[in-house]
Amino acid sequence: MNRRALISRIVFSVCAALLGVAFALPLIWFVFAPFNAHADLDLALPAPPTLANFARVFANGAAVGALLNSLLQAFGTVLLVATTATLAAYALARATLRGKRVIEYVLLLFSSVVSGSAAMVPIFLIVNALGLIDTQLAVILVFAGGLLPTAMFILRDFIASIPRGYEESALVAGASPWRAFVDVVVPVLRPGVTIAAVWAFVQVWGGFLIPFVLLRSEQRMPASVEIYSFYSQAGTPIVPLLAAYSVLYSLPVIALYWYVNRKYGFRFFGGIKS
Amino acid sequence: MRNSGTFSSRIGVAFMTPAGVLVTLFVVFPFFWIIAVSFTNRSLLGASALHPQLVGLKNYLDLFDPATFWSQGGFGPSLWLTVQFVVFSALCGQVLLGLVLAWISRELSPRAKSLLQGIVMLAWILPDVVVGFAWFAYLDRDAGTLNQLLRGLHVPAADFLIEHPFLTICVFNAWRGAAFSMMLFDAALQSIPPSYLETADVVGASGWQKLRDIVLPLIRGHIVTDLILITMWTFNVFTPFLLTAGGPSFETDILPIYTYRIAFKSFEFGKGAAIGVIVMLINLAFSLVYLRLAQRGLRKKGKAA
Repeated sequence: MNRRALISRIVFSVCAALLGVAFALPLIWFVFAPFNAHADLDLALPAPPTLANFARVFANGAAVGALLNSLLQAFGTVLLVATTATLAAYALARATLRGKRVIEYVLLLFSSVVSGSAAMVPIFLIVNALGLIDTQLAVILVFAGGLLPTAMFILRDFIASIPRGYEESALVAGASPWRAFVDVVVPVLRPGVTIAAVWAFVQVWGGFLIPFVLLRSEQRMPASVEIYSFYSQAGTPIVPLLAAYSVLYSLPVIALYWYVNRKYGFRFFGGIKS
Repeated sequence: MRNSGTFSSRIGVAFMTPAGVLVTLFVVFPFFWIIAVSFTNRSLLGASALHPQLVGLKNYLDLFDPATFWSQGGFGPSLWLTVQFVVFSALCGQVLLGLVLAWISRELSPRAKSLLQGIVMLAWILPDVVVGFAWFAYLDRDAGTLNQLLRGLHVPAADFLIEHPFLTICVFNAWRGAAFSMMLFDAALQSIPPSYLETADVVGASGWQKLRDIVLPLIRGHIVTDLILITMWTFNVFTPFLLTAGGPSFETDILPIYTYRIAFKSFEFGKGAAIGVIVMLINLAFSLVYLRLAQRGLRKKGKAA
């Protein structure tokens, strides 16, 4: 390697390292603070490292309650999305449905147009008219509606890759479409449902705006809203507790990404996160 | 083959119904309902909550009223801030950063590559409130990591969320979302036959020349896709609210936060709906362009196959 190439290699490595450090910096505090019983907002090595903060989280009724609410809302939504999206995706992939193309186009269009805080204005009014403001059911239903179009497309592509012969032989053998679906399609479709379910879970678990707008009572708030109200409140937040709590709350998301990445590869995350 | 299904349309409709009800109620219907509400003076409490009145185009005319359009906390400044936010944090930030990251990771050893990409991915997958809290701690005036670092470099510390709020949310959003562009471009770069770049190396092309003359033309489709998606997402992103709540004095009052403030802080649903309709129409324009391009891409692929 000549000198010029060596210098440019060094410059390149330094740039790459600096970029990595710049990305890591905002999160470094999070590596230490949860294990520091006296954590403050400054970066300090915990001496000694301790799990006391995590014990404090589990002793805190409100913190545990909020995590349970997050679980309830996430599992409720996942269940609803996984079942209804599988059924609908099966119809989209296999039924002779007039206007199937139109339905797909409308789904794609609306799901990207009706989003964010603009969508929350009519959604709030609709939920209000249904008498569901400040209920966990409202959070589940609204999340499910918003996540369904993408879940349906994920599953439709999976179903399209299953040879038709599978169900057709069941139908020829006299099974009803429902039986063919439950006994033949659903078992083959497990990876697809897993991915759609994991994706939906992560969305609800991390979701902030929907519960923030639709819920009012402290005892129904999920962990996302709980964490925000803790650190945004005037006065010093309980930093050690909150640091440990945030890490606990992030763990399922990290674990699920890691699992899906390892098992199915990253291409599935292309359009998946937002 | 596509048209002849495995089973009849009656059963198909039955299978579609549960999802259809949910999507209709919480995705399709809200689109039309927000248009209807935008022509009323609907509020949360009082007479206009129970019996909202039709006010025609009043909400829209108010938004664009020249006398108040540019006033602090008004529609004009919010719109302008949003444009800048998209240009700086999405186009200059996420897309460019993503391209640089993907380009750099090509030349790294596999271990360094997965370390770099892992860090960038972490910024992207962590829940909103966790990155909100992380940045809140990171930027703290007295103790935050950033100010500790700056003091070490003898740069005066600053309360970034108060003194440079808009710059802060731009950097924050670029940091938060760069991973998506990085992954998209990473996949795109891998699809370029290595021989192209090797040939360029043989004739002694510089890194910049390779990027400009070989790589960028080949991944143009990916860049366009990325630009549209990132623009749409940034245009609707609510996460900066978790850092600044739109303040101080409306300096980070981008449209998603402005909409939220009018509808859910002031409870002026009519006016909030009017803003929402404008936002959705802009979304619609982007989506139509995106779908058009995506379909063209599919058709091309179909022909090639």
